[in-house]
Amino acid sequence: MARALSATVAGAEPRQPAASMGIYARAWEKLRHDPITIAAAILLSVIVVLTLFAPFIADNILHSTPDQMMRGPDGRFAILKPPGPGFPLGTDDLGRDALTRLLYAGRVSLSIGFMVAFIAIVLGTTAGMIAGYFGHWVDDIVNAFVQFVFNVPFLFVLIFLSVIFRPDVLSLALIIGFFGWPGTARQVRGLVMSVRHLDYVLAAQVLGATNRRIMVRHLLPNVANIVLVAAGFAVAGAILGESALSFLGFGVQVPQASWGNMLSGAQDMFRRAPWLVYPPGVMIFLTVLCVVLIADGLRDALDPRVK
Amino acid sequence: MWGRGDPPPHFGTMRNFLIRRLIQSVILLFVLMSFTFLLTRMTPGGPEAALAEAPNVQQADLDRIRERFGLNDPLPIAYAKWMSNAIRGDFGRSYHYLRPPFDVIGERIWPTIQLGLVAYVIALVGILLGMIAAYHRGKAADLVIRVFTVVGDATPHWWMGLVIIVILASTVGWFPQGQGRGGVLDWFQHIIVPATILGLGGVILYTRFVRSQVLEVLSQDHVRTARSKGLDERHVARWHVLRNALIPVVTLLGSFLPFLISGAAITESIFNWPGMGRLFLEAATTRDYPLLLAILTLGTVATMVGTLIADIMYGSVDPRIRYS
Repeated sequence: MARALSATVAGAEPRQPAASMGIYARAWEKLRHDPITIAAAILLSVIVVLTLFAPFIADNILHSTPDQMMRGPDGRFAILKPPGPGFPLGTDDLGRDALTRLLYAGRVSLSIGFMVAFIAIVLGTTAGMIAGYFGHWVDDIVNAFVQFVFNVPFLFVLIFLSVIFRPDVLSLALIIGFFGWPGTARQVRGLVMSVRHLDYVLAAQVLGATNRRIMVRHLLPNVANIVLVAAGFAVAGAILGESALSFLGFGVQVPQASWGNMLSGAQDMFRRAPWLVYPPGVMIFLTVLCVVLIADGLRDALDPRVK
Repeated sequence: MWGRGDPPPHFGTMRNFLIRRLIQSVILLFVLMSFTFLLTRMTPGGPEAALAEAPNVQQADLDRIRERFGLNDPLPIAYAKWMSNAIRGDFGRSYHYLRPPFDVIGERIWPTIQLGLVAYVIALVGILLGMIAAYHRGKAADLVIRVFTVVGDATPHWWMGLVIIVILASTVGWFPQGQGRGGVLDWFQHIIVPATILGLGGVILYTRFVRSQVLEVLSQDHVRTARSKGLDERHVARWHVLRNALIPVVTLLGSFLPFLISGAAITESIFNWPGMGRLFLEAATTRDYPLLLAILTLGTVATMVGTLIADIMYGSVDPRIRYS
């Protein structure tokens, strides 16, 4: 309320260029003054940078690799050592440094998250635009696919497909992505249906613009906002989904580490090594939290009704 | 709302809607069953896979096993046989249990139903939270509840289950594992934690829905009229707000069902709960295809029923909704 009020007051000032600013410039202006979104963006960047530089950090600071059996100061293998000097997050049952694995796991979990979101968004936007623009039987077909995905127990199907195909990281992203697009498709379809009969679209048609041109040049900018927000939530959903699948042993396969499969290792020996249970979960939580908060902030910033 | 016994005003559309959905569901089920069956036939693994590595097993033994499970038929014949049996509920014999899959499922489905029911009851706490948040909009209680929903959305619930186990094990030295068999109290002690973890998603779902629903109702004219008539605030809350706010209790029941089915697999695996979700994971690990296909089909039917209930309920409690 206070924010809305100050915005109105600021808008009354003559030097405020609100009217002349584009929607993205205005959204950016709003985002810049949204401390929660900024904080989330900073934290997410820190996580991304840390995982990107995982090999460098592991080599030069931790002196380990994700698959190496570490030795303690006494020269013996450091198996299930609690956090302490040398091993900031302890070691696991194979004597591997937990922090090193956590960073490497982040690369896998994050890249799956972003890949899945990309696949889901591209599929969802395309399907939604085509369904909304052409309507009739095209719409029916897309709807049938949407119904299909909504009506299968997705975790069971994911596990089944994982058993059949033994997927690597890329195909895992493809499989999860295939179950992520219907929500976006529905939203995009609804929006396209509401603008496709507006005068400017009809004008473009009369001028002889091709369907493809109308969709890309005239309709896509309309749906860009909700697609951007949906992408954020898709990343969050994908990271959670991958972690669950990997935890159950049907996602990323060991020895490659992901936050999910590190936890299934931790569950087996939680009595002896409770410290292994916390870090991967906290990383999943922080990453998903940041992504969700950013998506939330974006939604508010892009919504012209929210001042 | 229409009177008791009267057909709903949009009865005709409703019937068409049901018929169309039924046809859709049958097609979907058929496609899914065919697809999954063919996939199992195109990949290695079967009853003989575990035996193939054993040194004393002759090729003749493997052939006999394959013959017994009907794996030597050419694909079209195998498919036709399997489909005509499966439609009648016969999914062959589990490779691992050597019994019809539905016999095995029958033993494991009851614990899952118990878990799901308790989780649903726990999810209803969300109604209370949603109402509190709406009535204290913008105040501390609303903020706390909002933080709870955002944090709850970002945390993998199953990881919370793990953390609870670790904390319980290190403090009281006991943690819920499997199903309690010694009386009601024991049953309750064992079910409450996994059911809470499973119901958490529902709590968050209900909180959000009820909060926005109540806020919308509170701003409507009939509530203002009721208040300006001088009606007691409790009366307004009960008869004007609650009745509308409770709409999601039924509408969300359907959409919660699929969530329960998928969520049960992971919750059961963490808490060693002897239900159907864990059975599915075991079948997946051992590549027990007949059992896997049976549970997948059953899970799909349950999910379809849930989505259908959601759609029907949505229209029958809220007469403004029309089916198309």
